[in-house]
Amino acid sequence: MTIATLTALLFIGSLAAGFLGSLTGMGGGVVIVPLLTIFMGVDLRYAVGASLVSVIATSSAAAAAYVKDGYTNIRIGMFLEGATTMGAMAGAVLAAFVPVAAISIVFGLVLLWSAYLSMRPRAESSTSELPDRLATWLRLDSTYPTPDGPQAYHVRGVPGGYAIMLVAGILSGLLGIGSGALKVLAMDQVMRLPFKVSTTTSNFMIGVTAAAGAGIYLNRGYVDPTLAMPVMLGVLVGALLGAKVLVGAKPRVLRIIFAVVLVALGAQMIYHGVTGN
Amino acid sequence: MPKTTQDNPQRDQLLQRDQLVERIIGHLLRVGVIAAALVALVGGVPYLLAHGGDRVGADYRAFHGEPTDLKYISDIVVAARQLDKPAIIQLGLVILILTPVARVAFTLFAFLLERDWTYVIATLFVLAILVAGLFGFRL
Repeated sequence: MTIATLTALLFIGSLAAGFLGSLTGMGGGVVIVPLLTIFMGVDLRYAVGASLVSVIATSSAAAAAYVKDGYTNIRIGMFLEGATTMGAMAGAVLAAFVPVAAISIVFGLVLLWSAYLSMRPRAESSTSELPDRLATWLRLDSTYPTPDGPQAYHVRGVPGGYAIMLVAGILSGLLGIGSGALKVLAMDQVMRLPFKVSTTTSNFMIGVTAAAGAGIYLNRGYVDPTLAMPVMLGVLVGALLGAKVLVGAKPRVLRIIFAVVLVALGAQMIYHGVTGN
Repeated sequence: MPKTTQDNPQRDQLLQRDQLVERIIGHLLRVGVIAAALVALVGGVPYLLAHGGDRVGADYRAFHGEPTDLKYISDIVVAARQLDKPAIIQLGLVILILTPVARVAFTLFAFLLERDWTYVIATLFVLAILVAGLFGFRL
């Protein structure tokens, strides 16, 4: 295989991942590492480095489109980023000491769990009516735009949300993923934020979390420019295309396809980890 | 029904300012991503023209770590200025990694203007972690 062929394969594979990830709202990052390691034989650490970089690209590109709507809550984002960046740093440092086989197994489990999450309907929990003391002190309560004018919401479950964000950060730094699903889960279910607020705030946090891990990966020599460039550009173009066709897509069918892909990749990663390949 | 903001003009004003900040940040991020992609291509296209036909070595299959001129930001900048193609690609990736850092720095500035000390501290904390990750691990 020539370098040109490998670059083209990486670009096309990443484009597909970014496209599917954007259409299903799961983010493409979670399939990049299995794609690179299982199908192209790339070393796991290089794959994680390339994936982290691509996660920053999609998060930053999407943020430009999201912020216009005014759903993002920067206070919640910045407060919780303290937890995700600390976690990401710990995860990135851990990645150097944890055996590749173990990382592979953890990755497989996260993929299976993501498949489960992607199939589960995302139920909007009733927003809290009463102000929470800690949330009030941190001024996390805010409003979001609706056709009938700004709608106020209260935030709750701050310590629980913070703890989950720490875990989301560790997984991001260890596996090179955005951990968007876990971030959204924490903000939806524990902190009781409205859907649109948690989705956009999570997207904003993903870039900062990934940057915390990516800096360490770069300094450790885990970011290979010739692998990371086609992956980054592929995911970016795929995500932008996905955002364009999103209007006419059938999310239900896509979610099933994506879940099947996640289960297949998850099983492969666990198999690779167990057999030590 | 939860209350709307009509009864709280002070918070309303704060929210408007937050949203202005967000909008500027959105543009900042977009410019950062475009700049990163362009710089990576400036290194990547000539690299592929020169080496595209070469056989892929076993390099990427077994981990060996990048050379130092592709690991540390100061060395990457030096190598990129000498027009080393992989270093120029790496510089593009560095710009990409720096965009969220710039976003946090800008948010810090906005919180300083608002004299919102709680969030100045929260933002400084995040910024410190990011800077430590990027510059602090020269082992």
